[in-house]
Amino acid sequence: MSAPLLEVDGLRKHYGRRIGCAEVSFTLWPGEVMGIVGESGSGKSTLLSCLAGHLASDGGQILYRDRSGHAHAVANLSEAGRRRLAREEWAYVHQNPRDGLRMGVSAGGNVGEPLMARGQRHFGDIRAAALDWLERVEIAQDRIDDVPRDFSGGMQQRLQIARSLVNGPRLVFMDEPTGGLDVSVQARLLDLLRGLVRDLGLSAVIVTHDLAVVRLLADRLMVMQGGYVVESGLTDQVLDDPQHAYTQLLVSSVLQV
Amino acid sequence: MSGYNFAYLDEQTKRMIRRALLKAVAIPGYQVPFASREMPMPYGWGTGGVQVTAACLVPEDTLKVIDQGADDTTNAVSIRAFFARVADIATTEHTRDASVIQTRHRIPEAPLREDQILVFQVPIPEPLRFLEPRETETRKMHALEEYGLMHVRLYEDIARHGEIAKSYAYPVRVEGRYVMDPSPIPKFDNPKLDDCPALQLFGAGREQRIYALPPYTRVESLDFEDYPFKASRPDHPCALCGARDSYLDEVVIDDAGGRMFVCSDTDYCNDRRAAGHRGEMAAPFEEMPE
Amino acid sequence: MISVENVSKAFTLHNQGGTRIGVMRGVSMRVEPGECVALTGASGAGKSTLMRMIYGNYRIESGAIRIGDEVLDSDRPRAILALRRNTLGHVSQFLRAVPRVPTIEVAAEPLRMLGVDAATAQARAGALLARLRIPQTLWRLAPATFSGGEQQRVNIARGFVHPWPALLLDEPTASLDPTNRETVLELISEAKARGAAILGIFHDADARARVCDREIDVGAFTP
Repeated sequence: MSAPLLEVDGLRKHYGRRIGCAEVSFTLWPGEVMGIVGESGSGKSTLLSCLAGHLASDGGQILYRDRSGHAHAVANLSEAGRRRLAREEWAYVHQNPRDGLRMGVSAGGNVGEPLMARGQRHFGDIRAAALDWLERVEIAQDRIDDVPRDFSGGMQQRLQIARSLVNGPRLVFMDEPTGGLDVSVQARLLDLLRGLVRDLGLSAVIVTHDLAVVRLLADRLMVMQGGYVVESGLTDQVLDDPQHAYTQLLVSSVLQV
Repeated sequence: MSGYNFAYLDEQTKRMIRRALLKAVAIPGYQVPFASREMPMPYGWGTGGVQVTAACLVPEDTLKVIDQGADDTTNAVSIRAFFARVADIATTEHTRDASVIQTRHRIPEAPLREDQILVFQVPIPEPLRFLEPRETETRKMHALEEYGLMHVRLYEDIARHGEIAKSYAYPVRVEGRYVMDPSPIPKFDNPKLDDCPALQLFGAGREQRIYALPPYTRVESLDFEDYPFKASRPDHPCALCGARDSYLDEVVIDDAGGRMFVCSDTDYCNDRRAAGHRGEMAAPFEEMPE
Repeated sequence: MISVENVSKAFTLHNQGGTRIGVMRGVSMRVEPGECVALTGASGAGKSTLMRMIYGNYRIESGAIRIGDEVLDSDRPRAILALRRNTLGHVSQFLRAVPRVPTIEVAAEPLRMLGVDAATAQARAGALLARLRIPQTLWRLAPATFSGGEQQRVNIARGFVHPWPALLLDEPTASLDPTNRETVLELISEAKARGAAILGIFHDADARARVCDREIDVGAFTP
């Protein structure tokens, strides 16, 4: 808990003359979950892509401190360096599981791939790890040799999460992880994510437009509008006592059930 | 033969291909792009191999061409005839007499020597192709040595069939660096790639790629610790020459399910029979070709 | 243990013409270890608002709130989170939990957040649930389908599962039958006995009389 995991300072990304995101600064500590909310086009996905190094930022600094304590400036990393972090330190959970899974490769192969990518060469061990993770994400173990194409959307998303976490990442980026799922499946997924975050000590950055999701998952919250962070703080404080006009609008617009 | 440059290709093209070959030799297993030319044969018939052979040939060379190990199939015969005509070089069916051997899908059984070049015809040079269709991505994967995907393929085989079912084009790692598709040779031939005294060149015409294994290169077949690579062959002796160490073709001989197993390397089989070896279906007497 | 010094709070409603509603001014109070203090006042006087400010749920405009030696600072969310984990317990009026999570896990969660292993945490949570008469057959079920009283008891089990040195109780005995109400009052007395500083809202005057040492009328702070 001694040093921050991720330090973002004055991050900026433009699309031509349009602002993707600007003046974003925050610090994420080990074991923390940061939520980013805002409407479509508010820059939250742009921000996430910049953080994960998928998009080159136009200014500012992103510092990531790896397992050995070495700090990397994400924006200046070579492709090889970025991929090493993505492989060994990070995970990225896509909104659409199709973007994060190999649809034609069996569930076991999907979960095992990150292990093989890090040089594991023992079939029995890889398979055992895959079985263990299927169980953790509540996919029946006898589905291990089935391809994700034959899975429901919720199962695909859980499989993607198993694949993301099998390597024991320290930081997980999630882009609308519960988007497009049935509410019952969403609940199960939220519970799963929360348990994993707690038990594995993961840090996470979660982008979503669903305020209920951040309330349950995120320790801290940033509210984005027009590319800028307009408000940030403790999740329940931001949601229950919003200070900025846009946050107030956002919170008051949620349908109550 | 007037009207054609020696060995068909113009000298500029040969230079271009030789440069690619040099680069390929310098970076074993790396796929070097080259400007593949139209050849007087359809893609899939060995246009890549033919261009590499044409760029390597010198008038003193003796050429052997095999298709699935055989010297007498249509493809082998026409390529041999082609070079005999456009380069006016000697040809042979004997592995030991050849200085350049162009092959499709086999490595000869007879051990190769330092003064020989083996040219492979390659349909699909990219071993990662079927797992990752994006060429931009596979190039990055090679550059960054991200080969986890290759093992996914083997994993899937074991999960589905209980063993690595891939029996040809079995992927290899070259000098602990590049993962390479050895062209559709049977995996039985994979061990011959390793530490081979001859220069091995690979040409993919349609895909415009050349790659190479310099002599005595370390070539390992990918596998798992608990499922090690096995070079398999049908568990029979050759029905003609009785060989137990050669790769066999299965030949159906009647419409009642009868079949025989014979050496796919016709030259090897002939040599053995000439030396007096007999398989159980060998003719009592035959006149051996010279 | 809990100290509030000259705290003010107003809400600015940006989407309703920037209306500013002052809700609290000049609040000063303290709760010492082993003491239970009740907030009183008419409905809408700001009892819950004050509790929420002390929990860090609402921002304060001026003044200072301290829990132990720690100053509550909304701009340092990490410190507040650590405070909530270790020092400052809270029983809210309504149970808020991830849907479908079993009751036993809901009650054990604060301990799990402190790094207590699942078995130990659930054993402690189970003991409290049993004491609060939640039948064991319900422990593996999610509390969403429970009655109001049952949900409230799960909430209380969760609020007492760790011996927080400071405790905020928002209507802990509401919607409880007499037997369970009795148990909750016992829990509060035990917490006092171990030295917890407790601040609560109790509509139940009799309960208030039994466990509270003092009352503070928040009506006095209304601007």
